[in-house]
Amino acid sequence: MNREAYEAVIGLEVHTHLLTRSKLFCGCSTTFGAEPNENVCPVCMGMPGVLPVLNRRAVELAIRTGLAAHCAIAPYSIFDRKSYFYPDLPKGYQISQYETPVCKGGYIDLPATENGETRRIGLTRIHIEEDAGKNIHGENASLVDFNRSGVPLIEIVSEPDLRSAEDAGSYLRQLRAILRYVDASDGKMEEGSFRCDCNVSIRKRGSKEYGVRTEIKNLNSFRFVEDAIEHEVERQIAIVESGGKVAQETHLWDPARKQTRPMRSKEYANDYRYFPEPDLPPLIVPPEMVEQVRASMPELPADRKARYVREGLTEYEAGVLIADRDVADYFEATLPGIKNRKSAANWVMTEVLRVARDSDKPFGEAVPAAAEVGALLRMVEAQKISLNAAKTAFAAMVKSGNGADATVAELGLAQVSDEGAIAAACDKILAAEPEKVAEYRAGRDKLFGFFVGAVMKAMGGKANPKMINDVLRAKLAG
Amino acid sequence: MASELNRLTIAEASSKLRARAITATQLTRDCLERIAAAEPRLHAFITVCEKESLEQARAADARLAAGNAPALCGIPLGIKDIYATRGVRTTCASRILETFVPPFDATVIERLRADGAIFIGKTNMDEFAMGSSTENSAFGATLNPHDTARVAGGSSGGSAAAVAAHECLGSLGTDTGGSIREPASFCGVVGIKPTYSRASRYGVVAYASSLDQVGPFAKSVRDAAIILRTLAGKDARDSTCSARLVPDYERALTGDVQGLRIGVPREYFVEGMQPEVEKSVRSALKNYESLGASTVEISLPHTGYAIAAYYLVATAEASANLARYDGIRFGLRVSAEDNIALYEMTRAQGFGAEVKRRIMLGTFALSAGYYDAYYLKGQKVRTLIRNDFERAFEQCDLIVTPVAPTTAFKIGEKMNDPLTMYLSDIFTISVNLAGLPGMSIPCGHDSNNLPIGMQLIAPPFAEETILRAGDAFERTGAFQPRTPAV
Repeated sequence: MNREAYEAVIGLEVHTHLLTRSKLFCGCSTTFGAEPNENVCPVCMGMPGVLPVLNRRAVELAIRTGLAAHCAIAPYSIFDRKSYFYPDLPKGYQISQYETPVCKGGYIDLPATENGETRRIGLTRIHIEEDAGKNIHGENASLVDFNRSGVPLIEIVSEPDLRSAEDAGSYLRQLRAILRYVDASDGKMEEGSFRCDCNVSIRKRGSKEYGVRTEIKNLNSFRFVEDAIEHEVERQIAIVESGGKVAQETHLWDPARKQTRPMRSKEYANDYRYFPEPDLPPLIVPPEMVEQVRASMPELPADRKARYVREGLTEYEAGVLIADRDVADYFEATLPGIKNRKSAANWVMTEVLRVARDSDKPFGEAVPAAAEVGALLRMVEAQKISLNAAKTAFAAMVKSGNGADATVAELGLAQVSDEGAIAAACDKILAAEPEKVAEYRAGRDKLFGFFVGAVMKAMGGKANPKMINDVLRAKLAG
Repeated sequence: MASELNRLTIAEASSKLRARAITATQLTRDCLERIAAAEPRLHAFITVCEKESLEQARAADARLAAGNAPALCGIPLGIKDIYATRGVRTTCASRILETFVPPFDATVIERLRADGAIFIGKTNMDEFAMGSSTENSAFGATLNPHDTARVAGGSSGGSAAAVAAHECLGSLGTDTGGSIREPASFCGVVGIKPTYSRASRYGVVAYASSLDQVGPFAKSVRDAAIILRTLAGKDARDSTCSARLVPDYERALTGDVQGLRIGVPREYFVEGMQPEVEKSVRSALKNYESLGASTVEISLPHTGYAIAAYYLVATAEASANLARYDGIRFGLRVSAEDNIALYEMTRAQGFGAEVKRRIMLGTFALSAGYYDAYYLKGQKVRTLIRNDFERAFEQCDLIVTPVAPTTAFKIGEKMNDPLTMYLSDIFTISVNLAGLPGMSIPCGHDSNNLPIGMQLIAPPFAEETILRAGDAFERTGAFQPRTPAV
């Protein structure tokens, strides 16, 4: 099979929960993990006579996301009813946006690949809609939990600009970083706050025509998206190579078997009968509101990266730090009073991220407070402790949760910088090793390390190494 | 011998209550006695709240004793069974909601409760407000108090009949295409549908969201104004509800219509309407002229398209609004093998024929490939109808028309002919499509002693004009409502 002769054409539709305290159309809490049907009211249960009232914060978060992704914000958009029957859909219709999304156009830049290639992925639209509840199937009965019913979602639809599973993964990671930066979403896959549908087709490399596409529905992790695309591209190439034609179908991904299966047309061929939601007035977003939201925007990942590079970090270092907003914020929180940003960056990238990776806890809980790590780094810069001592202290802080000062004191890691004491120790060693002193003075430079080690040992390893160097050099020269 | 306090108007009862000349408990008991006597012949109520209303009456009496009680404190009202009432079942006259007890109050119910009004019972209606005769109630038709062989009108037939028969002092209805005005006309009471968005729809079971509006029935225009003042006003739970301040409607009742310009649309006096209806309305117009108002013939050229547009827009919205009755969370559930069968069986058994007909019409109107030809076209016609009224109101302050082409028709007369039934709303439907306020007031009787209603229509939020003109007509005494047979 001539794999290289083909390229994949992929577009993604990402659904993600918005980080609002209350639901999209009622005051119920959006907290995850409540008892079933605890966060419900007549509105999100679809009781007779209830009406929706739009959550302003959800609109702001959608606009923030749109601004971060360079979208045009629609001054006028409307909500529509999307009708279908399903037990978890209380009203028998979902309130969504059909022809007039709140954000149009825009793009997301993918980070440079190893060969330095950068790519711009176009967005078609971002719209606001409500989530449904959740069906829970038992042996003899099915139950419905409506806690999720009415939780605000945005759907982010990309242009068919992605060319591979890796592209898709890179796009999703970049999108998640943006969502987290603007506080629109926590990006927590495991709580069902992310769902993705993929549209996949293939064509001969160099061709401008699109092939027939399949849609793979309801992928709920980045891994599944990449696996499903990988599998689907191979499947389509095999069909075309063997002279067949790809059918326009909707598929479901089976993560256990790592393959897709076509859904029966009955399962997806709905006529949703969209029409404008008469219970909600049009959503008017005046230019002043857009400007207010823009003014409240935090620094975006791309801007932050550029700033880090201007401030002296390498592209690579900056890229690692900004990939996760929590990490970048942590890095910046270690900086007050620090002269060498680079060493702080290295410390966060190696020591801190290693601890975070080895932990099951979320980043913020897994690692010591940034201020304490900053304190530790300031002690290194002030030569109060050695770098090795700092690593020892850090490991202890991870375990104990204690602060930097307390840990350094408790473990007796403070460095001796008393010139008199160091000079006395040097004199003692030099006096004890007259032959080696003579050899050194005769030109055997390598012996310098021996003297340093001996002094350090005599001082219990806590002496300031630079001072030992300076004092020894002066004495041996004399 | 009952004291028959139930025959008082709200204005009369309210002043007697506040003067402590009567008690809310007496008044409520008289209404309950009247209900017990009349219901076997009328069937205006689906649920009578005897215990609850007497409790409310006791609380109202305490409040009246303390002084400074609102006008509606202690006044027994009938509530159309489409309003969510906390703890009291709300059926919408449908099998599918036969056992549904809402855990919340509609906003307007909350407001009436806060005023100390008494809810004497839930009144009968066409199922989900779909109909013009209250014959589509799953629990049996309401009969007209003036002639029990005839319909009370619909869909708010129970609320109209209950007031006409003095079972309560006033009542609430809803009006999507004429459902307050037509039964008010058939039963000889006052019924007003305010401007769309003037009052909250929260907790009012939706039929057609862009057309539905709440409103009162009463024995006089003044009483209607008193109730409307409590109903109207913004509601944080209804995003379509206007924030415009609510005037004191009672103060608009000056009796002065000097200089009022009344438009009379030529399209509303049509071939085939009952001659006595036209005669009564024309005679009322003469009365207005004698009071110093002027009349001018106007044209509403798109009137002929109103019924078609209405049955596209209303049924489309209804098809989605009624999707929630699926047997999953509340109301009737018919168990079946799988979800789809459960939906089908529940809805097949839970909905009546007219509701099914309208759901199917609306589903079709919204289907892929038909949306532009039907729903969208219907909405465009709606704009034309609204423009008709806007132009007309450049020439006049108020439009006067008949409410319906005929007086109350016979039970069963139109049940097998939905199209003829739909034509009962021919004069009222445009007002909903344009979102305007409209009122029906009694203006005459036909040779069978059946009431004839006159419709007063004003520009958006000009309820005061309607109320002032209606009240001025009442004051002339040109027409004296007759006591119903029942």
